[in-house]
Amino acid sequence: MTTKHIQVTVNGEMREADVEPRLLLVHLLRDGFGLTGTHIGCDTTNCGACTVLIDGRSAKSCTVLAVQADGAAVKTIEGMADGANLHPLQQAFWDQHGLQCGFCTPGMIMQASYLLAQNPDPSEAEIREGISGNLCRCTGYVNIVKAIQQAAAELRSQEAPAEPVAAR
Amino acid sequence: MIPAEFDYTRPASLGEALQVLHDRGGEAKVLAGGYSLIPLLKLRLGTPGILVDIKDIGGLDGIAESDGELRIGARATHAAIAASPLARGYPILGDTAAGIGDPQIRNWGTIGGSCAHADPSSDWPAVLIAMNGSLVCRSVGGERVVAARDFFLDSFQTAIEPDELLTEVRIPKPPPGSGSAYVKLERRTGDFATVGAAAQLHLGGDGRIDAVGIGLTAVAEAPFAATKAESALHGAHPSAEMFREAGVAAAEQSRPVEDRHGPVDYKMAMVREMTERALARAAERAGARG
Repeated sequence: MTTKHIQVTVNGEMREADVEPRLLLVHLLRDGFGLTGTHIGCDTTNCGACTVLIDGRSAKSCTVLAVQADGAAVKTIEGMADGANLHPLQQAFWDQHGLQCGFCTPGMIMQASYLLAQNPDPSEAEIREGISGNLCRCTGYVNIVKAIQQAAAELRSQEAPAEPVAAR
Repeated sequence: MIPAEFDYTRPASLGEALQVLHDRGGEAKVLAGGYSLIPLLKLRLGTPGILVDIKDIGGLDGIAESDGELRIGARATHAAIAASPLARGYPILGDTAAGIGDPQIRNWGTIGGSCAHADPSSDWPAVLIAMNGSLVCRSVGGERVVAARDFFLDSFQTAIEPDELLTEVRIPKPPPGSGSAYVKLERRTGDFATVGAAAQLHLGGDGRIDAVGIGLTAVAEAPFAATKAESALHGAHPSAEMFREAGVAAAEQSRPVEDRHGPVDYKMAMVREMTERALARAAERAGARG
C-alpha cells in the first residue's frame, strides 16, 4: 500500500508524516504525534471524546482520515493552555468540577471552544445543544454546563474593551 | 476499528474527479464529509479500491437561487444549510438540517453525501421527495438531472451510476401560499429517525390544497412519496380530519420492519402521527386558518 505524505499544522506547529490513506486522524495524533490528550471512546462517531478542531471546525477525529487533514490546521486539547496558564475553559472545568473521571473532558472542552467561537454568550439550552455530540457517563452535565458558562463569561470579559463603555 | 486498505486521491478540479470515476468507477467511492462513508469503511461494510476526496473542487458547496430553484451544492454541510439566509425561505430545510445528528456531524456531513449514501433512515431524501426536488449527476459524458422521486431505489441504492458524481441538489422555489415542514421521531437526540415525515403544500385562492408533496423516512426499504395521502389531500380544505386521513393513507403505503426502534404496529402509528404533524405545521406556515 502506498503511503501519502501529508503536512498538518498541529497546535500551531507544522508536522509532517507519511501515512496510509486509511489511517484515522485520531491515530495520527495519538500514535504518530504522541498527543494522547485526544481520547478514543466509542470509535463510532457517537461519544465525541476524540473531538478536535480542524480549521476551526469541530470534528470527531475517529471519523476523519489523516489524509483529509493534509494542509489543514488541527487544534487539540494540548493546544489550549498558554504555557502554564490554563485556558479559561480548562480553568472553568477545574473550578466547577466539570469532570469526574475526565475521559470525556478533552473532547468536551474542544467542542465547548467551538461553541463559544460561534456563540460567545450561549443560553443554557444552547450549551446543552452545543455539546449534544459529546457524552459524559459520570453524569456531569450540570457542572459541565456551569463550567462552560463560567468560561463564556471570562472570555467575554477578556474581549471587552479595557475602558468602561459610556451608558447609552 | 481500522478500514481495509484503499487508495486515495484529492483531485483539484471537477474534470479530474470525473476522469477518475470514469477510469475506476466500479471500485471508487466519493468522499465528501466522510461521516457516513468512514464509519462504513471502519466496519468494513465497504471496501472500495479508491476514495475520491472532493474537498478541493471549487463550486460544489454553494447555496443559491437560480431559474426558480434553490440549488445546493452537494458538498454543502448540514450546518451551512441550517445557517444559510437563503434556506430560511424554505423552512423545511431548517427543520431538517438543524435536526441531523449532532453539531460535529452537521459540521462535516453534507447533503450530497447523505443523498448518495441513501440510508433509508436519513432525513434529506424524504424532504427532496416532498419538495419535488431533483439531483444533478455529472460524468465525463455530461449531466443528468434525476427527479428525487426516481432517485432513491432501495436501501443504500440510488440512480447514480458508478462513473457519476452527484454535484447538486435542486429544489423548486415554492410559490407564495406554500408551507413545508419536516417532523421526525428520534429515540434520543441525535439518533437516526424512527419515523420521519416531510410535507409541503400550497393553498389555492379558494383555500383548498392544490399542490401537496409528502415524503417518508425510515418506514420502507427506501424513502418514498406517500402518493395515496397526496391524492387524498388534493383539492381538499386543510383540516385536522383531512390530515388524519392522510396519515392513515401514508401508513397504508408504509412497510416498516421491526427493529430496535420498535415493532411494526408502533411504527405504523408513528407514521400516522408524524404525517399529521408535518401537514399541520406545513399548513400553518402556508397561512391556513386554524
